Amino acid sequence: MNAPAATFRAENRAVAERRGWTAAVGREWRAAALTVKLSAILLLAFYVFAAASPLVAPYDPAQQWRTMPDCPPMRLHPAPPSEWSHGFLYAYPMRLDNPIARHYAEDRSRRTFVRLFYRGHLFTTAPDAPPFFLMGSENLGRDLFSRIVYGARVSMCIGLVGVAISFSLGIMVGAFSGLMGGFADSAIMRLCEIEMSLPSFYFLLALAAVIPSGLSTTATFFLIVAIMAFISWAGFARVIRGMAASVRSAPYVEAARALGGSRRRLLFRHIIPAVIGFAAVNASLSIPGYILGESALSLLGLGIQEPAASWGNLLSQAMDPQTIAYFPWILIPGLFISAAVMAFNFLGDHLRDRFDPSNAA
Amino acid sequence: MLRFLARRILIMIPLTIGITFISFAAMSLIPGNFVANLALDPRISPQVLKQMEAEFGLDQPLMLRYARWLWGIAHLRLGVSLAYRVDVIHLIGPRVLNTVLLALSSMALTWLLAIPIGVIVAVRQNSILDRTLSFLSFLGMSVPAFFLAFLAIDFALWSGWFPVGQTMSPDYAALDLWSRIADRADHLILPALVLGLAGVASLMRLMRSQILEIKNADYVRTARAKGLPESIVLYKHVLRNALNPFVTMAGYGLADLLGGAALVESVMNLQGLGLLLLNAVMKRDVPLVMGSVLMGTVLLLVGNLLADMALAAVDPRVNFTTLEAQ
Repeated sequence: MNAPAATFRAENRAVAERRGWTAAVGREWRAAALTVKLSAILLLAFYVFAAASPLVAPYDPAQQWRTMPDCPPMRLHPAPPSEWSHGFLYAYPMRLDNPIARHYAEDRSRRTFVRLFYRGHLFTTAPDAPPFFLMGSENLGRDLFSRIVYGARVSMCIGLVGVAISFSLGIMVGAFSGLMGGFADSAIMRLCEIEMSLPSFYFLLALAAVIPSGLSTTATFFLIVAIMAFISWAGFARVIRGMAASVRSAPYVEAARALGGSRRRLLFRHIIPAVIGFAAVNASLSIPGYILGESALSLLGLGIQEPAASWGNLLSQAMDPQTIAYFPWILIPGLFISAAVMAFNFLGDHLRDRFDPSNAA
Repeated sequence: MLRFLARRILIMIPLTIGITFISFAAMSLIPGNFVANLALDPRISPQVLKQMEAEFGLDQPLMLRYARWLWGIAHLRLGVSLAYRVDVIHLIGPRVLNTVLLALSSMALTWLLAIPIGVIVAVRQNSILDRTLSFLSFLGMSVPAFFLAFLAIDFALWSGWFPVGQTMSPDYAALDLWSRIADRADHLILPALVLGLAGVASLMRLMRSQILEIKNADYVRTARAKGLPESIVLYKHVLRNALNPFVTMAGYGLADLLGGAALVESVMNLQGLGLLLLNAVMKRDVPLVMGSVLMGTVLLLVGNLLADMALAAVDPRVNFTTLEAQ
């Protein structure tokens, strides 16, 4: 007797579950292509790097092993079961056998055990043991992998912060301009065109170079973001303005206007909600630009300064051709930049295909 | 057309003034200047520093200095570089040539590669070739140019086939005309490839989507219905129309190209405008920085103008009246 009601409740629950945002994410996930899934996983990993750097990095990014500059990446070996009490993995410590050429040889007589979940790190070595360099060390003997993990903080955040700035600026200016029309509109758009025709990289160089050198890393970070957002918001505003102008004459906006809706109400209740989805997708496509811009500036020595790490300034050691030839692992941060940019590209492209049908190729 | 030209050139003037003023103000408002950098050297006496400051006019207010600089520009004088003590024009001239050569050759390379590949890929839509190349193009768009530049240097060192850095050999002055051209080309290949690869990827994708869009247009169906051979349909109807956005892209791509060139120059140590600007900016050599920024701006604006004019020439649907209305 109770059965139909129970079934009904169960069905209702199922419907409710399917409507939840977790279900929506699940549906999107199942529908996405493999490349998109991989990109999402990769970015998630990078954000974990950024959020939990002290945990993920095996060492302090500033710790120097003065006797081991430019050490090549070490190989991991699985430990035999009899030695599992020391750790499951080990590496042979490296010995600098030619300090001039910085040539290293594995010391096969000893073993450095790499322990997992040890001393508050995902993996690290015992305090008195020689270090384990997963991706080699740089010219001051600092662990490159630890520095990459900490560098993820800068590179992963710069896109989000930059997009947040240019997004809010662009959407306000663009929507306002589109709503107003007439003289204000064309004046604002001419201004945007001026901004867009700036030789952006030259301009970026000229502005970034005057960042005072004594600033903290955080302050430098925000200055760089501000400069890049200042250069890039205009193009964004123009796109939004185009959309807003077309929404302006839509019947529901006309109706709201006829009912005596104030300009602010029109803007915040009708125009901005209409364009914000599209704008978000469009903004996500500009994240790689920020990552590339920051790494380029840091690479040239104008961005994030030592001893803080960013993927760009880790590469600056490679500016000397000889370094690339002898210590190629110095280029690994470049792989991280490429991977992050590619993942954002795949993801942004996917979002655009899903949520902006007008632009689908 | 004259009206259009006059309008565009007139707009350039306030544009250039705005850009240069922002750069000038940014350079001047931050504490420290060229002379302050020298003050770190104990061998230079304070009197000499004072004298230099007065000579360069660095002790004067910002607006006055900017007005002076602008007055010089109006008389086609770019000023004297503080660090090199030569007319900025002599420093910039050869550098502009190098940068323009690099940008143009990489653009030519991009087009020569991207258009045929885009056509092939679009004609064989969804084939394995198409999928592979589309994936590779994503890869190409994602690898930053400076990282490619590092790889290129590594390749040049490893293979020994290409010179590393510089835009010409040390004995360039002693060469005859043809050897000079060959020498330049030899130094240009790798940087142009590095700079152009991202462009190849994105233009290829654009070409592909353009062709796929046009392939189903009414006039293409008409052409087929008339019984025209497929090659003529492809080249005269599809390709011809698919090329139009490329002309516009050429102008706007120039901005990216100039910016990218500045970066590739710095990494690969090429004597271009970008490297000059970078060094000048480090030394706070204001006239040199301003000269480079001005050059970059003018190159960009003229490039955009030429692209618009080319579009009007190529696409009969676009003329100067519609351009002006934009």
